[in-house]
Amino acid sequence: MKHVGVLALQGDFREHKLMLERLGARVREVRLPEHLEGLGGLVVPGGESTTIGKLATEYGLDAAVRQAYEAGDLSIWGTCAGAIWIAREILDYQQPHLGLMDIAVRRNAFGRQVDSFEVDLEVEGLNAPFRAVFIRAPEIVRAGEGVRVRARHEGRVVFAEQERMWAMAFHPELTGDDRLHREFLARLVAS
Amino acid sequence: MEKGTLRVKTGFAEMFKGGVIMDVTTPEQAKIAEEAGAVAVMALERVPADIRAQGGVARMSDPKVIKEIMAAVSIPVMAKVRIGHFAEAMILEALGVDFIDESEVLTPADEEHHIDKWAFKVPFVNGARDLGEALRRIAEGSAMIRTKGEAGTGNVVEAVRHARSVMKAIRRIQGMREDELMAEAKNLQAPYELVRYVHEHGRLPVVNFAAGGVATPADAALMMHLGMDGVFVGSGIFKSGDPVRRARAIVRAVTHYNDPEILAEVSEDLGEPMVGINLDELGEEERMAKRGW
Repeated sequence: MKHVGVLALQGDFREHKLMLERLGARVREVRLPEHLEGLGGLVVPGGESTTIGKLATEYGLDAAVRQAYEAGDLSIWGTCAGAIWIAREILDYQQPHLGLMDIAVRRNAFGRQVDSFEVDLEVEGLNAPFRAVFIRAPEIVRAGEGVRVRARHEGRVVFAEQERMWAMAFHPELTGDDRLHREFLARLVAS
Repeated sequence: MEKGTLRVKTGFAEMFKGGVIMDVTTPEQAKIAEEAGAVAVMALERVPADIRAQGGVARMSDPKVIKEIMAAVSIPVMAKVRIGHFAEAMILEALGVDFIDESEVLTPADEEHHIDKWAFKVPFVNGARDLGEALRRIAEGSAMIRTKGEAGTGNVVEAVRHARSVMKAIRRIQGMREDELMAEAKNLQAPYELVRYVHEHGRLPVVNFAAGGVATPADAALMMHLGMDGVFVGSGIFKSGDPVRRARAIVRAVTHYNDPEILAEVSEDLGEPMVGINLDELGEEERMAKRGW
């Protein structure tokens, strides 16, 4: 059985947890470093990135996640605020973050809430379009050398993969389409 | 590509879960809230405690105040309109605010009708005292529900009453037979489809926050234990002795509501809380929770 965690400091961690459980994973809510013990994957959900970043730093979760990733134990999947948290560089704002993935992101790149949208998105590796919900979404404005771009919306990068990390600007946990959760468990998380 | 869909509205509200939304009246206060870890701010001219003290008609804030606050922070900005005042809502949508609170804290503009929230791209949050009221607001297009509590009192008792009332009714409906749901919809004065949803899922179809009287980290943790998804804090922060420390403490209390050691640590040495009002000192006509239906 696959053991994964969902960072539960703030945001829509419940939806990720429900989807992963439906796919047969054992899921733990992660709020403190000791909750990472024995996990093969960690989903960092959408929410408010400044809030998540501050709370993670205070209790030492950022260092613990970095260590577990570098030890080869943990795969990491950041959606929306989670993608901002794992990015190496955040344009325009100073805020605490993990900084592991070789990408730069711009927050609220598609506008405020009145401009939030949903769209059928072509994702590399999926056989049919994915209904993607973008909510005050970030954009991946730079992807480093070992980073594979897997989806663009109007030419702008919204899904990227590097080693055992995914960064995604949209919310796959809100649509009920579990293809990406399935792939994450099957391909990125060790048993 | 579609904007303003139900999924985009309710999905945005999901992102606030486990977070604290704080009332602010100036850009400086908004920055304090953001720095403390608030997930959003509510831009106001006066906090509820001052509205209560000063009396008169309370209306939507001056757009200038709201725009200054929007410019000061990177987190979402909400603002309030009077119950039923859809023209105020049109103005806030044009300003680009991220969420509108159709709020009993302001003086109602319409005693019979709430705003038709389906007509807007911007999402709305509404107060509710019980499940019937919550489901009526959702049927009107609300994307988020909060308890009414009794704003500006610093007294959590009404928020507790409303949270318990909603959660108890949800549990009761969950245990019903299918053929009892129509009679329950009639009793609640709520649409049958939404009663069915509650029966099947054991929760509201939108997030449900605590509001109206939260003043301490322990108040916030209590509301989370009662099943609320997050917390609004109105007068409780900037009417207290040390807003910076209190704001930080309430944010941590909501995340770690189930960890008594962290709660004890963050509750320490916060200075004076807001003074607060006992509910039996308020006349019936002074109760904001009675506004709307």
